[in-house]
Amino acid sequence: MTTATDLDRPAAPPAFQEVNSARRLKNRLATILVGFAFLIALAPLVWLLITVLAKGFEHVLNVDWWQKSLAGLTSRQFGGGVYHAIIGTLFQGLICAVIAVPIAILVAIYLVEYGKRSRLAKAVTFTVDILSGVPSIVAALFIYALWVTTLGMPRSAFAVSLALVLLMIPVVVRTTEELLKIVPDELREAAYALGIPKWKTIVKIVIPTAMSGIITGITLAIARVMGETAPVLVLVGYTVFINYDPFGGNMSSLPLLMTSERLTTNEVGEARVWGAAVTLILIITVFNLLGSLISRLTSLKTK
Amino acid sequence: MSDSDMVGRPAAPGASTGGARGGVASKTAPEAPISSTAPGKGGPSTKKTPPAEPTPAAKVVTRPGDKIFKTLTVGSGVFVVAMIVLIGVFLLIQAIPSLVDNDANFLFSRVWDAEPPDLAFGVLDLLLVTVFSSVFALLIAMPVSLGIALFLTQYAPRRLARPFAYLVDLLAAVPSIIYGLWGAYVLAPALAPISTWLNENLGWIPLFATGSSNLAIGQTIFTAGIVLAVMLLPIITAISREVFDRTPSMQIEGALALGATKWEVVRTTVLPFGKAGYISASMLGLGRALGETIAVLIILSSTNQNFGFSLFDGGDTIASKIARAAQEFNDPRGAGAYIAAGLVLFILTFVVNAFARSIIAGHKEYE
Repeated sequence: MTTATDLDRPAAPPAFQEVNSARRLKNRLATILVGFAFLIALAPLVWLLITVLAKGFEHVLNVDWWQKSLAGLTSRQFGGGVYHAIIGTLFQGLICAVIAVPIAILVAIYLVEYGKRSRLAKAVTFTVDILSGVPSIVAALFIYALWVTTLGMPRSAFAVSLALVLLMIPVVVRTTEELLKIVPDELREAAYALGIPKWKTIVKIVIPTAMSGIITGITLAIARVMGETAPVLVLVGYTVFINYDPFGGNMSSLPLLMTSERLTTNEVGEARVWGAAVTLILIITVFNLLGSLISRLTSLKTK
Repeated sequence: MSDSDMVGRPAAPGASTGGARGGVASKTAPEAPISSTAPGKGGPSTKKTPPAEPTPAAKVVTRPGDKIFKTLTVGSGVFVVAMIVLIGVFLLIQAIPSLVDNDANFLFSRVWDAEPPDLAFGVLDLLLVTVFSSVFALLIAMPVSLGIALFLTQYAPRRLARPFAYLVDLLAAVPSIIYGLWGAYVLAPALAPISTWLNENLGWIPLFATGSSNLAIGQTIFTAGIVLAVMLLPIITAISREVFDRTPSMQIEGALALGATKWEVVRTTVLPFGKAGYISASMLGLGRALGETIAVLIILSSTNQNFGFSLFDGGDTIASKIARAAQEFNDPRGAGAYIAAGLVLFILTFVVNAFARSIIAGHKEYE
C-alpha cells in the first residue's frame, strides 16, 4: 500500500516553477517597448506623407503642371508647371545611370569573378564601403574642383550627373555583387567544362542569370539619386525655362526647384514647393514600382 | 524555363564533344571554335588522353577576349580605388591656396569669413555643430532602431515581418529635401511647446539653455536632430535586422529550453550575438548624419553667434554652410575656403565609416 502512494507522490517538488512576477513584468515591458519603437518609426512616415499630399496634391492634378514650365510667371502668379524640372531630374538621373552602371557592374564582376581575395579586391571592397558613405555635398565639391575649377568647364547638368555617379556606383556595385555571388557555381563549371571562355561565361551565363535583380537594383539606385539635392545646389544654376542641353546652361530639377521656390514666401511659392514635393515622390514611387515590375517580368522561373 | 534554356545553349556543342571523346581525336573540328587555340594538338584537354606528356595540357590558354574583359574589370576596380584617392587629393589641392591666404587658424578659429579680399575662416564652430547635432540624432535613433530591429526579427508575426520591414525601408526612400521641408514647416512648430517646456524647466542645464534661435519658429538643432534621427532609423534598422536574423537558432532554442522568457532570450542570445553589427550600423548612421546637407540647411537658422552647446541654438553644419554658399562660388579662393571645410567633412566621414566597417570586419559569423 505504502509503495503505491510513494509512487504517486513526486520524489522532489516539481522542477517547473512559475515564471516569477518580476521576470514576467520585464518581459511584458520589453514587448511593449519594442512594439512602441516600431510605431515611433511609422509615425513620421505617415505624418510626412499626409503633410506632403495634403499640401501639394491639388496642384499636381492640373494638366498644365505636367506640361508647362514656370517661364514668364512672376513669383505672385499661380499657374505654370514643373515640366522643366521633371525633364531635368530625369535627364540627370539617366545620364548618371548610363555612366555609372557599366562601371559598377564591371567592378562587381571583378570582385566576384576575378578578384576573390586578392589585395586589390580588398582595396576595392573597402573603397566601395567608403564611397557609399561619402556625403553628397563632398561628391559635389569634388566634381566642382575637378570639372569647374581644374578643367574650366561651366556648371551644367552633366556635372551634376558626374557627382551622382559617385553616389550611384557603390549602390549598384553592392546589389550586383550580392546577386553574382548567388549565381550557382554549377552554371560556371558547366560552361568551363565545355571550353567556353571565362569572359563569355560571365557575359552570357552569369550576368543573364542575375539580370532581373541587377535591373531592380539599378532602378532603385536611380530613384535614390534623383532625390539628391546637394549636387544640384553646387553644380548647376536654377532656371524657369526648359533646357534639353545637359552640357550647357542652367537646368532645373525638382529638388533645385524646391530649394529655390522655398525662398518665395507666399502662397504661390508654397504651392510650387509642395507640388514639386508630390511630383518627386510620385516619380520615385514610379521608379520603385518599375523596378519590382521588371524584376517580376524578367526573373528566371523556378520549376 | 529560361534557366534550362541557358544551360541548353552551351550544352549543344557539348554533345558533339561527347561524341568526339568516343571517337578519339578524329573529330577535333567542333572544339576549335570554342577554344580557338592549339589546333595542332588534338583535344589535349579531354580527360581521356593518357597522362604520358601533360605539358601542353598544363599550359593555361588565354584568349584575347578574356584578356580584354579582365583588363576592363580590373580597370574599373582600380578606377574606383583611384576615385577615393582623387577626391581627397583634389579637395586638398583646391583648398591649399585659400588655406595659405587664411588669416585665421583654420582648425581652431570660430569665425567664418570667406569673402575674397581677406579670408579669415575657421572650421571649429561648424565642426562642433555638425558633431553635436549628429550625436544628438544618433542618441535618439539608436534605441529606437534597436527596438524596431528586435520587433521585426523577434517579435512581429512571421507573416507581417516582411511588410513591416518594407514600411521602415520606405523611410529611406524619402528624399532628404522632403524631410527638410517637413521638419521646418510642420515638425518645428509642433515641437515648440516641448522645447519651450524644456527650456523653461531645465534651462539651467547648458543643453537646454536659451540659444540663438527662436523657439516658436523652431529652427533649432533640437528640430534638426530629431529629423536626422528619423532619417537614420531605416539605415541602422536595416543592418541590425540582418545581423539579429543570423542569431544561431540553436542558441535561441537553448535559451528557451532553459526556461527563458522572450526578453531573456533576446538579452542572452540575440543581443550579444548582434552587438558588433548594431554598433557598426550606428556608426554608419552617424556618418550619414554628419554629411546630411539639405534637411539641415532648410531647418537650421543661420546665426552670427558662436555655438553655445545648447540644443536650441541655430547655426550651420559644415555641409549646410557649403550648400548655403554654393550658388555664389565664383571666386576660386572663396570657394577654396568651403572646399577646405568639405575636406574636413570628407576626412571625418571617412574615419567614421572605416571605423564602422572595422568593427564588423572581424566577425565571420555575420557572413
